[in-house]
Amino acid sequence: MSLIEEVDLLKKIPLFANIEVSKLKLLAFTSERVKFAAGETLFRQDDMGDAAYIIMDGEADVVIDTDTGPVTVATLHKNDFVGEIAILCDVPRTASVRAKSDLTTLMITKDLFFRLITEFPQMAVEIMRELALRLEKTTKAAVSRSND
Amino acid sequence: MQRSIFSFIFRYSKRQQLYILCITVLSLPPLYYSLDLPKQIVNEAIGGSNFPQNLLGFELNQVQFLLFLSFIFLGLVFVNGGFKYYINVYKGRLGERMLRRLRYELYTRVLRFRLPRFKRMSQGEIIPMITAEVEPLGGFTGDAFALPAYQGGLLLTYIAFIFVQDPILGAASISLYPIQGFIIPRLQKKVNALAKRRVRNIRQLSDRIGETVGGTPEIHAHDTAQYHLADISERLAINYDIRYEIYRRKFFIKFLNNFLNQLTPFFFYSIGGYLVIEGDLTFGALVAVLAAYKDLASPWKELLTYYQMQADVRIKYEQVVEQFQPADIQPIEQLAEEPNMAGPLPAEWQFGNVAYAEEDSPPDIQGLSLSVPTKGTVAILGDGSSGREVFVQLLARVLVPSNGKITLGDHNYADLPESVTGRRITFVGPHSYIFTGTLRDNVYYGLKHREADTDDQSERRGRIAEAKYTGNSPSNIHGDWIDYEAAGVDSAEALERKALEVLEDVSLAGDVYRFGLSGSLDTDAEPETPKRFLEARRQVGLRLADPEMEGLVELWDADKYNLSATLAENLLFGTPVDDTFQLDTIAENEYVQSILERVGLTETFLDTGRKVAATMLELFADLPPGHEFFDQFSFISHDELPEFQSLVTRAEKLGHDALKPEDRMRLMSLPFKLIPTRHRLGVIDDEMQDKLLEARRLFAKDLPEDLRDSVAFFDAHDYNEAASLQDNILFGKIKYGQSGAQAKVQALLAEIIDGLDLRRTVISVGLDRSVGVAGGRLSLIQRQKLALARALLKRPDVLILLDATTSFDGGTLQHVHEAIMKSCEGRGLIWAPHRPSMAEAFGEVIVLKEGRLAQRGSYDELTGKDGELRRLLDNE
Repeated sequence: MSLIEEVDLLKKIPLFANIEVSKLKLLAFTSERVKFAAGETLFRQDDMGDAAYIIMDGEADVVIDTDTGPVTVATLHKNDFVGEIAILCDVPRTASVRAKSDLTTLMITKDLFFRLITEFPQMAVEIMRELALRLEKTTKAAVSRSND
Repeated sequence: MQRSIFSFIFRYSKRQQLYILCITVLSLPPLYYSLDLPKQIVNEAIGGSNFPQNLLGFELNQVQFLLFLSFIFLGLVFVNGGFKYYINVYKGRLGERMLRRLRYELYTRVLRFRLPRFKRMSQGEIIPMITAEVEPLGGFTGDAFALPAYQGGLLLTYIAFIFVQDPILGAASISLYPIQGFIIPRLQKKVNALAKRRVRNIRQLSDRIGETVGGTPEIHAHDTAQYHLADISERLAINYDIRYEIYRRKFFIKFLNNFLNQLTPFFFYSIGGYLVIEGDLTFGALVAVLAAYKDLASPWKELLTYYQMQADVRIKYEQVVEQFQPADIQPIEQLAEEPNMAGPLPAEWQFGNVAYAEEDSPPDIQGLSLSVPTKGTVAILGDGSSGREVFVQLLARVLVPSNGKITLGDHNYADLPESVTGRRITFVGPHSYIFTGTLRDNVYYGLKHREADTDDQSERRGRIAEAKYTGNSPSNIHGDWIDYEAAGVDSAEALERKALEVLEDVSLAGDVYRFGLSGSLDTDAEPETPKRFLEARRQVGLRLADPEMEGLVELWDADKYNLSATLAENLLFGTPVDDTFQLDTIAENEYVQSILERVGLTETFLDTGRKVAATMLELFADLPPGHEFFDQFSFISHDELPEFQSLVTRAEKLGHDALKPEDRMRLMSLPFKLIPTRHRLGVIDDEMQDKLLEARRLFAKDLPEDLRDSVAFFDAHDYNEAASLQDNILFGKIKYGQSGAQAKVQALLAEIIDGLDLRRTVISVGLDRSVGVAGGRLSLIQRQKLALARALLKRPDVLILLDATTSFDGGTLQHVHEAIMKSCEGRGLIWAPHRPSMAEAFGEVIVLKEGRLAQRGSYDELTGKDGELRRLLDNE
């Protein structure tokens, strides 16, 4: 897969959907493509985060440790973006992510992500918009749940 | 040191000065005869008529006589030239020897300065003094006595001649000398004062430049570049002012002098002419006096120039020497004497009412009377104002007390030679200096006390004689300096083994091992060693075939394109040995170009280069200059972007043929850096790969003889001396984008290397890595570890540490602490740790407060009661 394909993939992710193609290309070029074998761990719950991952191929499980043992709460597919919370704000990982099948990801380090945002404010605006939308969604969900 | 340049020159070269004078005088007769000869040739040989002439019993006709005189003239030219050559070389050599002696003496004095002196005198001031400032002294030495004696002699002769002709005119010719002798030195005095100021100002300038180099991070971190620019501008302005003033005064002196010199002929013409008219003086005598006076001008001028030069040199000498004559300089014997103490060290240091204070500051230590054992473990504690640091440095004799006395057994500690204090006792502070060179040089540094005796000094006989002649050190810096006995070993191999143990003790072995993996084997390594690395390669190869390791490393295969390596590496299929095929210049190599042309890749390269350039332009055009992405990711620097912009536009519009050769080169150079799996630009397709494989074969097959040594080819069964150890073992490239590939491969390498017992060899290679200027290529923690290793290897009777482990993290500190305690068992360890709680492991604790002893006893005892230690622990 070449840079062009990676850029196409990035465009499908809502967080990056409205960002100029040349900037996405720079993001893709400067980030590393990392493969994981099935069963390998991308990151562990409670560790500090230093990178976010975009799933390019394969599937991954999101696992949360509970008192009764690990529980898989979601499965990630192609085009999913995971781990961005930990690089946006300095909080520990809220869950572990493990490769379910052989997995290809684009790894975006915290360092790189922030450098791009400082360099291109347009990106920051887009990301803010996306985060606000998510907040809106969760708030609505919370309101409707409390109304139930 | 001699206070004046003249006594210095006289003290060390009086015989040579006399010799120069004698030779100069000897050279005079032929010189005069050669001046007189032309007259003889014209008058007697060409214009004469008394032929044949009888010369020493030979009858010579006119032509023969002419030729005879002409050849004598030619011979004299030769003799005169020879004298001049000989005298100049002799003077030059004498000057250089004096300079060597002076510089050596000054450097020795730097070594003898007490530590506090360097708080007032910076490196930036010392360096120009020893190098540039004393330089003119060399040229002056040869002339110091001979020139005034000779020219003065000439002058007196001429004056005497004039006096003989006519006492009145004689008096007239020197009548202005007293005036000149009175005024000019006074004027010169001002110039001298200015010259002194200039020297001082230049010193400060170089001090500021030194500060700028040292403080670069702070300057950038605080945005103070403009401030420093203004500072330098001010210094330069002062320098300009002084120099301008010097020029005005100096050339005024010249003007005045010339004027006064011309005033005398004025008297000759007016008074002498009057006397001739009145008949009191013959016309012939006036002409003779005028001619003699003309001759006076030359030595007088020489003397004057000499006067100005000696003034200049005298000032420079005095200004330098006064800086190197501090009252408290260490006696030279302390540096040179052999040990005067054998057997075990006396049991304890005895402090008798010891005080230490630096000029104009409150005392750091006062009225301290106590004893410190030279065996066992002692921790020294105290807060920032306790004098703890000074106390430890007094123990190490890095400092000496300003009052009171420290004794070690029967000896006054301050008087012991360094061959005792610097060998049996070792001090490591928080910022130990790391010397430029290899890690090995630095680890062994503490063992280099004296040059080992070698039987055969015949090759260096000339060097040694010359060194002794100028009071320099005759030791051979390239000889064997290592004191094996001090490290408790008997050979270089044993020392290396010992060094490796010490590196493990200070937790530096892992770092050196990593340096070793990226280093390459010494060419004169044992022939068995490469074979063992090839065995490692075989074993690693087998293990990499395991399913769990598969896909981590892309091995080199002569028939396959390696997607994890650069195009250049793929083409060479080898490692560049010299600059010919380096990544940055390979595109310019004509042989490489011819190979690409032969496989029909030139056009493809231009095309690929253009695509790469276009992509880089798209990606990086918006970034500001100096952005770190350029260094990390871009093939093109920010400065080159505009050029490439127009280049790509032209190439797209007009085709590659329309490009200038240097532009084609620029495009061609880009693809060489491409690594397909890393850059993922998708420009190196299968067809191009096949052609590159063909190019690889041709490149090796037709490589001209003179390029053979510029590349070391990969060979699965051969060790590649140009490549790093890791590349040799792996024989491939770690793939990009495999999660944890680096860690897994490193673990595998470590396992195989340990299995084959190669770790020592790898570390040994790592020891040969250069540490950079002042250890700049090492991190702070590595530098501290290195300083500790250097001290431990020496096995001192007492090891004294002051905050030597400040940058260590907890785990490392624990390990190093235990290792040091263990290696000092049965000997002495005095440690002023940066954390008071570390004192728990020590036999005795000494707590200082405000320069005095506050508490002393075992850790448990002191923590059990109220006091300074408890306070320190609470504040930790």
